[in-house]
Amino acid sequence: MAVPSELTQRIESFVDASRSPTQQAASLDAITSLVKNDLLTIENLVREMEMYLTTTDTVIRARGTLLLAEVLTNLASKPLDNATIHSLIKFFSDRLADWRALRGALVGCLALLRRKTSAGTVIASDAKGVAESYLHNLQVQSLGQHDRKLCFELLECLFESYSNELASLGDVLIYGICEAVDGEKDPHCLMQAFHIIEVLVRLFPDPSGPLASYCADLSEFLGRYFPIHFTHPNGEEVDVKRDDLSRALMLAFSSTPLFEPFSVPLFLEKLSSSLPSAKVDSLKYLSYCTFKYGADRMAKHAKAIWSSLKNTISNSLLEPTKSFTSESLYGLGFQESEIATEALILLQAVFMQNNDLFLSLIVDDEDISTIFNTITSYLSYNDIPLQVKQRLHVVGRILYNATKTNFASCNRFLESFFPCLMAILELPERNSSGDFCINEEHISPKRLHFGAVYLCVELLSACRDLIMGSGDIAGNSVPAHEACCGMLQRYSVSLTNAFCSTLATGANEVSDYVDIYFRVKGLQILATFPEGFLPISETLFENILRTFMSIISMDFNQTLLWKLALKALVHIGTFVDGCNESEKAQSYTGIVVQSILSLVHSDDCTLPFALKLEAIFEIGASGSSHMLKIIQGLEETALANLSDVYIHGNTKSAEMATQLLECFSKKVFPWIHETGGLEEVLLRFAINVWNHVESWKACNVQVQGKGILDATMVAMKLAVGSCSEENQNTIIQKAYSILSSNTSLLLKESTSILTPIHLEGLQLTQQMDKFSCKDEWILLLFASVIVAGRPKMHIPNIKEILKLFVATFLKGYVPSAQALGSMINKLGPKATEAENSSDYALEEAMDMIFKTKISNSFDNGVLSQCDGTCNGSEMVLADLCLGFVDNRLLQVHAIVGLTWIGKGLLLRGHEKVKDVIMILLQCLLSDGSEGASELEQSLLENTREQDLDLSVINSAADAFHILMSDSDDCLNRKFHAIVRPLYKQRFFSIAMPILQSLIVKSDSSFSRCMLYRATAHVISDAPLIAVLSEAKKLTPILLEGLSVLSQDALDKEKLYDLLLVLSGILMDKNGQGAIIEHAHNVIKCLTELVAYPHKMLVRETAIQCLVAMSELPHTRIYPFRTQVLGAISKALDDSKRAVRQEAVRCRRAWSVL
Amino acid sequence: MTLGLINANPVVHAKKERVARTEDLHGDEAVDPLEIYDILLSVDPEHPYSLEQLSVLSEESITVDDKLGRILITFITVQHCSKATVIGLCLIVKLKHYFPPHYKVDIKVSPGSHANEESVNKQLNDKERVAAALENQTFANL
Repeated sequence: MAVPSELTQRIESFVDASRSPTQQAASLDAITSLVKNDLLTIENLVREMEMYLTTTDTVIRARGTLLLAEVLTNLASKPLDNATIHSLIKFFSDRLADWRALRGALVGCLALLRRKTSAGTVIASDAKGVAESYLHNLQVQSLGQHDRKLCFELLECLFESYSNELASLGDVLIYGICEAVDGEKDPHCLMQAFHIIEVLVRLFPDPSGPLASYCADLSEFLGRYFPIHFTHPNGEEVDVKRDDLSRALMLAFSSTPLFEPFSVPLFLEKLSSSLPSAKVDSLKYLSYCTFKYGADRMAKHAKAIWSSLKNTISNSLLEPTKSFTSESLYGLGFQESEIATEALILLQAVFMQNNDLFLSLIVDDEDISTIFNTITSYLSYNDIPLQVKQRLHVVGRILYNATKTNFASCNRFLESFFPCLMAILELPERNSSGDFCINEEHISPKRLHFGAVYLCVELLSACRDLIMGSGDIAGNSVPAHEACCGMLQRYSVSLTNAFCSTLATGANEVSDYVDIYFRVKGLQILATFPEGFLPISETLFENILRTFMSIISMDFNQTLLWKLALKALVHIGTFVDGCNESEKAQSYTGIVVQSILSLVHSDDCTLPFALKLEAIFEIGASGSSHMLKIIQGLEETALANLSDVYIHGNTKSAEMATQLLECFSKKVFPWIHETGGLEEVLLRFAINVWNHVESWKACNVQVQGKGILDATMVAMKLAVGSCSEENQNTIIQKAYSILSSNTSLLLKESTSILTPIHLEGLQLTQQMDKFSCKDEWILLLFASVIVAGRPKMHIPNIKEILKLFVATFLKGYVPSAQALGSMINKLGPKATEAENSSDYALEEAMDMIFKTKISNSFDNGVLSQCDGTCNGSEMVLADLCLGFVDNRLLQVHAIVGLTWIGKGLLLRGHEKVKDVIMILLQCLLSDGSEGASELEQSLLENTREQDLDLSVINSAADAFHILMSDSDDCLNRKFHAIVRPLYKQRFFSIAMPILQSLIVKSDSSFSRCMLYRATAHVISDAPLIAVLSEAKKLTPILLEGLSVLSQDALDKEKLYDLLLVLSGILMDKNGQGAIIEHAHNVIKCLTELVAYPHKMLVRETAIQCLVAMSELPHTRIYPFRTQVLGAISKALDDSKRAVRQEAVRCRRAWSVL
Repeated sequence: MTLGLINANPVVHAKKERVARTEDLHGDEAVDPLEIYDILLSVDPEHPYSLEQLSVLSEESITVDDKLGRILITFITVQHCSKATVIGLCLIVKLKHYFPPHYKVDIKVSPGSHANEESVNKQLNDKERVAAALENQTFANL
């Protein structure tokens, strides 16, 4: 039979210690698969292995046992009958006595004990046998690390599945485990050891049971490891962290209250150690164990815990923070370490448990009463010495945290401390009838001792937090009869009055910022007590609000106070908005919201306008109901100001209107966008603006600057952009009706597009016939609506509107061009028949724009011949761009218009954009030669004309920038443009080859210069990846572009962008290859830019590029060393510090070459 | 190599809080003492503290005349500090790296703080001796 002989071989090769591990593993796999596939039974295998399992050769016996064990491990899911399992487990548990073959025995026991019920498990009595054998035979601590780990695993496994059998072992088990874990040092094993103790303790819950006598031993064992001190260096033992160990130890400690007499003194002792981690651990363990050990056991430690807690907190304070402005500030602004935080957690924990005990401890504490005595001697925060401040902070924090725990402690503390504090502050108590014992009008700030105010505020805020916290659970059934409640009611009036009167205008000259901070905080807390708990009267609440409002309107010079007051108002606003308390809400609206709105209206208030807007927006943001009112108010004010400008010619209002509109665009609309669901506000805004513009009669007021119109346009765009389609349709209908009924725009244009051209003819037109002010507004606002519309927005009478926009952009209205671009971008590809016949498809629109004759007197044939002298000839847009009418200004407008249309096409991925590019290039080239020749004769020419010529070419070159860059004004995602992915790459790959070939062909230096300019735009706006893929070809062009752009100071921004592309190439692995090829030119270009006078960033970046170049292969760059060093030595003397610093780096890099 | 630290337990002074420089994008930024101070702070031959913490240098001990290109530095040391010249030399080398050649650097031990004040000053401001010292291999290693 082949099987046995093969089997023998396999066994032999596993048992043979000289074989390689892979061979051994392979033979193990082979044997396993034999058994798995039922080619071999376990009995046969054991029989076959008899010799290996019983031999006196220890090495072979150990290997043999291990082989059997490993096979069993691999067969975990194969069903085995009970008899087999029984005999196997008997065998392995006997083998536990054989220390030489122990590994195999352990693995075998584990494999069998871990079996799932479905595959047959070890019966209970056998498991007990294993445990007995384990306890009898194993000396765990004398074994190696891996074996120890297996031993512990075996124990854990037994605890998990056979706990009853283990429990019956009693004392023997506990003793055995104590012995096994004692002295363990390996982190992995320790984790298991801690866990074993935890489950062991759980097994014997009886306090008088067998465990009792071993408690001291076990807690001694555990105590040896506390606090966990981890000396393993990082990187080793990564899978066990200090925190894991610490947590396991904590669970072990807390497993039984029986440990309490041993552990709590240990923790307290370690708490006084100097090691921070020991302190943190002690506090954590104490908090955790407190719950587990129970109130009775912990009670006897209360005194000790309290005194060490007090010490710990006071000793753990760090430096006081400088600023009181941060939101999350506790107490007096001393930074608290982790220790203090843990200590406060413990404080709350013990308070929860033994309330009365700790209450009396704190109330009778001497340190605290000393503090109460000391604070009377200091009036202001600044008078208090640091040490006292620290102690005050500690007391404040302790009181806050203790008070917060439950109502009982809250009552007790308020009762014992509040009257005392009030006495220090000399505040009168309200007697039962509601009147004051002493009626006092004015409270002098001289009496507001800071310490008392501080502690008072801490108590108040703790009380409030407690109520707010419990409010969720108990609804509004917070017991109003609680003693603390009555206590607060007795003093709330006088306290509020005291704070208010000291904060009121003029009363602050002596006070420090911190004093003010706590007074404001106190008022804020008083105002935000839930009504059901502390019914502070309406007048009181209004009083608080009035105080803050007067600070807002008068005390803006005291920035910090102003900010604090605003913050407090916002806080109160949020509170009022959050809980539905109608009376307070009304007062808030009346006093805060209304009056702050009236602040904006009124001129007589000295508060700067920017601050007004800040305050109003912050307050609005505290709740949506406030915001709605505020938006409405602001809108009215803005529109009233607008009308004021345009009807009454009041230029002073212009500034205000602009600021208000900017506030809308920058703050209000984004807020609406975030909040969501407030679209009707946007709709109302847009419609109201239109109504207002409509209502202007003839306005001939000339307003300086376009600021106000621009601001309105931006606001309109944003408002329309965030609306849904439906609302957009409403707006556009409104806008269209105003456009068609109120202006002559549509009527005039619809007959012929050519109005401007007709009029001009050959006469040069500086003064385009301008629209009236109102017409201009309507036109531009209409354009804004179109720009921001969604693709599905239904635009009425598209044809006329297209014509209108064509006509107006030729007059130089860029927004018209942008609107046209947006329309082109968003029009549907083809109108289906089902749709409204007035819907215009993209193709038709394109035809309309590109093919419509702009005049109608000539026929097509003449066009090609047509040059600057023809007048009134029929021309399409392209011809205008190419300058067939001798009017350069018109040509510039045409090019700009064409560019925006092209951008619309480009974004949607329309192929017609190629034609646009070609036209633009033609503009560049055809005029280039002319421009150059004209340049030569420039002395004779009218300079004005020549400037215009240049500007035509420049605008053609800059058109590439418009095409490639992202615009904020239109055609972006915010305004719902259709943007195909990777459109920049596509444009880059279309335009670059054309530009490259043109550059090669071009012979005039002027037009080449212009081509470089256009190329520079394309390169600098293209994604770096696209540029990098063609770095070799592009680098020379890029360098030329750099030198062209460096000629003119106006191009400094573009130059910088382009230089960044170069540095991007330099940083890339492939790009460096291209740079190396052109190293000579790159160095030359960079050394020139090092001295670029117009922009510091250019110089800095150029030097950084040079530093990067010094990393390139030595042989290539060494020749330039002197050249670079020469250029850099000048940069060392640069007027800007940053440049000098870069130059030093660069010089060092190059001089060590 | 060293025979132990000469000033083994220096008095370490707290670092001063620095006022952040206000960024002025348009004006020229002349060389000022603070800039030189920042440059020199990284020098120290003996201790893991900066010269500021050791109170060898302070911002006030540096004077600059940007127009004439002159820098005068006075540093404080202990009476018999053998490293006074080394510190001075380090400062000179550091500044040479940072400023164009037309700057003239003068370095002095502050009056009264060193036993051989005059000779140290003389050594430090003697161009030839500085050049020679820099060629010395031991110093080059510093």
